[in-house]
Amino acid sequence: MQFGLTDEQKMIIETTRSFVETELYPHEAEVERSGHLRLDLIRDLQAKAIAAGLYAANMPEEVGGAGLDTLSWLLYERELGRANYALHWTCVARPSNILLAGTPEQREKYLFPCIRGEKWDCLAMTEPGAGSDLRGMTASARRDGGDWVLNGTKHFISHADLADFAIVFMASGEEDTPRGKKKRITAFFVDKGTPGFTVRDGYRNVSHRGYTNAVLDFDNCRLPDSAVLGEAHKGFEVANTWLGATRLQVAATCLGRADRALGHAISYAAERRQFGQQIGKFQGVSFKLADMAMELKAAELLTWEAAWKFDQGTVTEADMSMAKLKATEVLAMVADEAIQIHGGMGLMDDLPLERIWRDARVERIWEGTSEIQRHIISRELLRAVGG
Amino acid sequence: MKVLVPVKRVIDYNVKVRVKADGSGVDLANVKMSMNPFDEIAVEEAIRLKEKGVASEIIVVSIGVKQAQETLRTALAMGADRAILIEASSDVHQDIEPLAVAKLLAGVVKAEEPGLVLTGKQAIDNDMNATGQMLSALLGWAQATYASELAVEGDSATVTREVDGGLQTIKVKLPAVITVDLRLNEPRYASLPNIMKAKKKPLEEKTAADYGVDVTPRLTVIKTTEPAGRKAGIKVASVDELIAKLKDEAGVI
Repeated sequence: MQFGLTDEQKMIIETTRSFVETELYPHEAEVERSGHLRLDLIRDLQAKAIAAGLYAANMPEEVGGAGLDTLSWLLYERELGRANYALHWTCVARPSNILLAGTPEQREKYLFPCIRGEKWDCLAMTEPGAGSDLRGMTASARRDGGDWVLNGTKHFISHADLADFAIVFMASGEEDTPRGKKKRITAFFVDKGTPGFTVRDGYRNVSHRGYTNAVLDFDNCRLPDSAVLGEAHKGFEVANTWLGATRLQVAATCLGRADRALGHAISYAAERRQFGQQIGKFQGVSFKLADMAMELKAAELLTWEAAWKFDQGTVTEADMSMAKLKATEVLAMVADEAIQIHGGMGLMDDLPLERIWRDARVERIWEGTSEIQRHIISRELLRAVGG
Repeated sequence: MKVLVPVKRVIDYNVKVRVKADGSGVDLANVKMSMNPFDEIAVEEAIRLKEKGVASEIIVVSIGVKQAQETLRTALAMGADRAILIEASSDVHQDIEPLAVAKLLAGVVKAEEPGLVLTGKQAIDNDMNATGQMLSALLGWAQATYASELAVEGDSATVTREVDGGLQTIKVKLPAVITVDLRLNEPRYASLPNIMKAKKKPLEEKTAADYGVDVTPRLTVIKTTEPAGRKAGIKVASVDELIAKLKDEAGVI
C-alpha cells in the first residue's frame, strides 16, 4: 500500500486551495450575512474558475473536464469544501456525473453546457413523504399516448432555483418481485419553463447559507420519450451507476471544512493566553487538539482508501458509507471542539467556526443519513454470513 | 525561438522560516517548498510569449536536489513544454552557488540553443541576484535585469527595468538573458486539466557531472541568525505626551 501523494495530486491541492483562499474566502462574509449569492458575483467567480481550469474538473477529459482519478478528484473536493458551500458549489460547479449517462443529444443539450458554465443542473428525488425510503416516492410518470405525464411534488431540491433543468426521478409503475411489489422508477430531464413544471422557494435552513433548496411541482407536465435519462423504469440503476461516489464527495468536502476548523483551533490554542500561559499548554485544550487531529486523520484514511478502491473496482457500498459516516461525524466533533477551544469568540461570525458548526449538521442527513449509512454497513456484514 | 527558463525550488514564501539549531542555515526539513516566485513570473512570461507566437518551445530547467522535479512539474502544468532536472546535490541544505548554477546553465544553453533565457531576478532564499548576470557573462550574451515589461520584436527585445527612482527602458539584441521583477505579470494557476497533462510531458534527468561542472561550495556560512524580534510598544496617556515622545525620544518630528 502506498500513502504518498503524486506530484500531480500535490499541485491539484495547491492550485485549488490557492483559488479557494484568494477568490472564495473574501466573499464568504457577504454570502453568510445576506444569505444570498449575487448573480454578478457568481458570473465573475465562475469566469475565474473556468480560466483556472477548476470548473467541472470532476468530468472526464474527453468531455472537457480534468480527467482526474477518484482520489485526485476528492483532494480537489476537499480543498473546495473549505469554503462556503454556496460559493464553491455554484461558482466552481461540479455537474452531476449522471449527465454522462445521457444520449449524444442529451449530452449536447445538458452535459456540455453545464461543463462550459452555461447551465446548472439539479437532481430531484426527495419528496415530503419519501426521504430515506426513496422507493416510497409517490410523484409519478404515466404513459399517455407516446408521451409521459408527470404529477406530484419534490422538495429539498438543492439549487433548483438557479438550475436550468432538473433530473427528476418519478414512480413509473410497479413490478412483481419475489419480495413483493416494487415501484419502478424512471429518470427524466425536465427543462425550466416546461408547461406543468414549477419551482417554488423552499425552506430557510440552518446549514449552508446562500445555498438554496426548492420545491418542485409537477401538474400534468407532459414530456416526450427523448426526455428519459437512461432506460425507462431503470432510474435507480442509472443513479446507482453514476452517483456511487457522491457519498465520497460529501466526505471529502467535510474533511476540508474540518481541517480548516482544526487549523483555527491550533492557532488559537498557541496564541491565546489565560492564567499566564498559552491555553494550548493546558491539557484540557491540548488533548482536544490531539483527538481532533487523530479523528480527522482516521476519516481521511477511510475516504482516501475508498477512493483508491473505487478506481480499482473493488470498493463496496460499506466502504463508501463508512467514509461518509466517519467524515461527517468527525466534522461535527471537530467543529464543536474548535468552538469550545475558542470560547465565546468561536460563536461570533467574525470567525468561520460558527458556520462550519452549523453547516456540519446537514452533512449527517443528506446523501443518506448516518442511520442509513450504518444500515448499509451492517447489512453488508450480516449478508456475508447469510443474514 | 526556444525559451529557456531556469527555476529554483525554494522555501515557500508563506512559511515562517526557522534557523537550524547549529546556526548553519535555515531549517528545510519537512518544510513546504515551492517555485521561487520570481521564476514563476518568468515561466508565465515565457508562456505569454508562446501564446503570442514569439516563442516556439519553453524548456524549464532546475538545478538542485531530486525533489526539484516537483517544481519542474509545476512549470510544466503552467504550460512549459519540457523539463530538465540537473541533480547537483542530495542534501536539501546544500545551496548550489550562483557561479556553479550559471556554468551548468551555460552547458544547457549550448545543448539547447535557446534564443532567450528568462529567469527570476533572484531567488527568495538567499537573495544572491547573480545567476542571470553571470550566465550572460559566460555566454557573452546581452543582459537585461529587473524586467517589469518585455516586448520581443525580430532579433531584439525592449525591456523596461525597475531601477531606483524610476523606470529605464533598454533594447537588447537577442540572444539575451533577461531577469524578471515582481511587476512583470501575475502568474496563472496551473489548471487541473494541465496538471494531468503535465504528467505526460518529458522530464530529462541529468547530473552536474554531465556538464563537467564542479558544484563544491566556495563560500562558507559562518552564522545564520533570525531577525531581532520586535520590541513591545508603550502606551501614552495623552496626545501631548505622544508628541513629546515623537519629538524628543523618537526624533521623527
